[in-house]
Amino acid sequence: MSAFITDADIDEIAVGAAVLGTGGGGDPHVGSLMAKRLIRLHGPVRLLAVEELTDDDFVVPVGGIGAPSVSVERIMAESELTAALEAIERAVGRKPTAVMPIEVGGGNSMIPIAAAALAGLPVVDGDAMGRAFPEAQMVTFHLAGYGPGATVLVDHFGNEVVSRPVNGEWSERLARAAVVEMGGGATMIDYAYGGDVVRECAIPGTLTLAKRIGSILRGRSATGDELRDDERIDALCDDLGAYRLFDGKVSDLQREVDGGFTRGAAELDGVGGDRGATFRLDFQNEMLLARRDGQIAAVTPDLIAVLDLATGMPITTDDVRYGARVTVIGIPCDDRWRTPMGLATAGPDHFGYDVDWVPVEQFATQKEGR
Amino acid sequence: MGHRIGIDVGGTNTDAVVLDENLTVIASVKRPTTADTGDGVAAAIDAVLELSGIAPSQISHAMLGTTHCTNAIVERRGLGRVGILRLGAPATTAVPPLEGWPEDLKAAIGEHVVLLPGGFEVDGRVLSPIDDDAVRAACARMRGQVDAVAVVGVFSPIDESQEQQVARIVADELGVPVSASARIGSLGLLERENATVLNAALMQTLTQMATGFVAALRERGIAAEPYFGQNDGTLMRLDYALEFPVLTIGCGPTNSIRGAAHLSGISDALVVDIGGTTTDIGVLIDGFPRQSAHAVEIGGIRTNFRMPDVLSVGLGGGTIIRDEGTRVGPDSVGYRLLTEGLAFGGDTLTATDIALAVGAAEINGTAAPEVTSTVADAAWRGIRTLLEDSIDRMKPSAAPVPVILVGGGGIIAPEVLDGVSDLLRPDHFGAANAVGAALGDVAGQVEKIYRVDGTEPGRRAARADAAQAARERAAEAGAARETIEVVAIEELPAAYSDGQQVLIRARAVGRLIG
Repeated sequence: MSAFITDADIDEIAVGAAVLGTGGGGDPHVGSLMAKRLIRLHGPVRLLAVEELTDDDFVVPVGGIGAPSVSVERIMAESELTAALEAIERAVGRKPTAVMPIEVGGGNSMIPIAAAALAGLPVVDGDAMGRAFPEAQMVTFHLAGYGPGATVLVDHFGNEVVSRPVNGEWSERLARAAVVEMGGGATMIDYAYGGDVVRECAIPGTLTLAKRIGSILRGRSATGDELRDDERIDALCDDLGAYRLFDGKVSDLQREVDGGFTRGAAELDGVGGDRGATFRLDFQNEMLLARRDGQIAAVTPDLIAVLDLATGMPITTDDVRYGARVTVIGIPCDDRWRTPMGLATAGPDHFGYDVDWVPVEQFATQKEGR
Repeated sequence: MGHRIGIDVGGTNTDAVVLDENLTVIASVKRPTTADTGDGVAAAIDAVLELSGIAPSQISHAMLGTTHCTNAIVERRGLGRVGILRLGAPATTAVPPLEGWPEDLKAAIGEHVVLLPGGFEVDGRVLSPIDDDAVRAACARMRGQVDAVAVVGVFSPIDESQEQQVARIVADELGVPVSASARIGSLGLLERENATVLNAALMQTLTQMATGFVAALRERGIAAEPYFGQNDGTLMRLDYALEFPVLTIGCGPTNSIRGAAHLSGISDALVVDIGGTTTDIGVLIDGFPRQSAHAVEIGGIRTNFRMPDVLSVGLGGGTIIRDEGTRVGPDSVGYRLLTEGLAFGGDTLTATDIALAVGAAEINGTAAPEVTSTVADAAWRGIRTLLEDSIDRMKPSAAPVPVILVGGGGIIAPEVLDGVSDLLRPDHFGAANAVGAALGDVAGQVEKIYRVDGTEPGRRAARADAAQAARERAAEAGAARETIEVVAIEELPAAYSDGQQVLIRARAVGRLIG
């Protein structure tokens, strides 16, 4: 990617962000329209590599919090973005010099780009998850022992809630309670830190990665060759070091709301080379657990993405439909999530799955040996 | 129930079939679509009645499937000017209406957009109350500038009351038809708004077409109840169609897919429908079209219908060939093929001319046009590649698939295509659309958010209410009440709420009133 994000880059980043969203994080479509519009009105956004940050920088992660079903219906007020940046400046007495995505998955990849365009700030090429997760403390800052700091919530009316939660779990609890009152969605800033901390904690290059994923799935290989539809998913797996776990048809689907989360499971019947096998996907906003014929194929914090079998386009947990033909891929997560602290924060246990974490590579090795 | 007449008005041809009470095709004909579509419909009705030997009095139902609305959008032609009132301020300002629309489509409907206070929160609270004076002021700005108005409120699928209130004011002030979004689409403000704007833009488009259809029936003494095909392969009564013209938008491909299954007796295949203007490729699974899992783009904008999963490519019999055969379409001479195509004495080189020139097709009484072999070969290769690529994109896997070829433009398809195991051209293949149109049942669908107290009786009541609303809509669309069954009821979650909302989607299908 050039050192600037232009409106022409947005659609590819959005597709990549939907893949890294592993079915959650919200549809990037609304955010991408907003980012494109604000870039059109205010000019391209400078992309700042994580290692370019200086100690004097004050980096502000901006994102949306709330239900995807709210964010696609009650679209945010443009004023929320500037109001959030002003609120954090008032709360900590530092002027933001850059914004960054808190998560690169789903709609939250787009909001910082939009905010950066509007505020005339650069956006950091990195995020604090390397994917999407459903809870506010599931960030690399937390893994490194940093608290959320001053936390800002702003809604469409201009209501501001500034809190100083004692840790990530409290940040999540307080935010969630406020967001219900704010109609199920708000703009949020937390983990705003100086450049030194962000250099230590951010997973670098993830916006560029999202753009590359989008580019491959839209038919352009890393070397610039044109890819046919049926070549794209394999090319993507090659590029990411990811694994094609299963090709199948959605044969059963359960979905329900439980404690503010979309929980459910999809059963798949194998097609093509996977005919005769079954696959089960468990999700809580994001896809978190994948089992082939009862055996674990991939589990959080590794990434499980569901792609349309024919087009390679990512499918969200809200969009999974009976009869859909899909490919499931597994992407190894950043090593920080594979530490004891990482697994305690976002491993299977945390989400209530009574399984041990196994790296997605292990299943892939078994598969080859079969 | 007596005989049915099924008519499909495409961009190029108007097809008509007569089916007996057992749904057997008695006769099928094809006539050119005319600038005033009513003339072509009348000619097709006359021809099919004569060919079938069926008296007008024996026809009890007449079904019209039309891609007229789809073409109007794709070609940005004949669309009404639309005023757009979005009820959502102070929220939603980050993405105003028409954001992301192609410039030419924006120009066709005009940019009469006003963002007003209004809308609901996901939990049913009022986001902002309606300001009646602001609505009137917006109307004053639009007076004389718009042919219809789209009213779109945040979370109107939870509560339609604000949209209805604004619709009444607009009707009083402007006297133009109003489309309210809660009746058009589901959750997803931008997609529902887009669909509602298109619906409003098509109101006069479909009214003109319907007037011609009804007049053609009456003039021939056909006392049949008129129906329009809708995008899920079912039918709706005339008055319902005029209020919801956008629902006709996917019916062309759906009808050909259903018609192809009926005519070929095959239930799993790709259906490739080549018309005069476009080729539509759908996937037949168990005799029904595969539904799209995603938001559907119509004319370059996202809408949120459940639509058949169809790939539409700008290739048909009337497709214009340029640049020494190296450029195929995407535009078409459409219904003017029979006057403008080279083979018919015109001066435009079309895909049909190429098929004739390479000897792949013959048309009685028409000589192959003079086209150099370099040009003809290049264009023929281009047509084949375009078809093969398009088929490949819709295949469920890399394995070769059977293809049922339907539609009047089928003569431009090569006999052998890579990736295709069998190329079938069933009898009456040219009129599969019209056959599919005449098969249809009548459906009604709703998608509503309910506030429930989390108890099972509460949820049951919500499901029952949605089911009843779907039945009502099926009845409004023309289904016989005693035959209506609720065929699907789906509960979808509304996350991050207080856990007391549930989205329920219900679909009911019944038989035509006989």
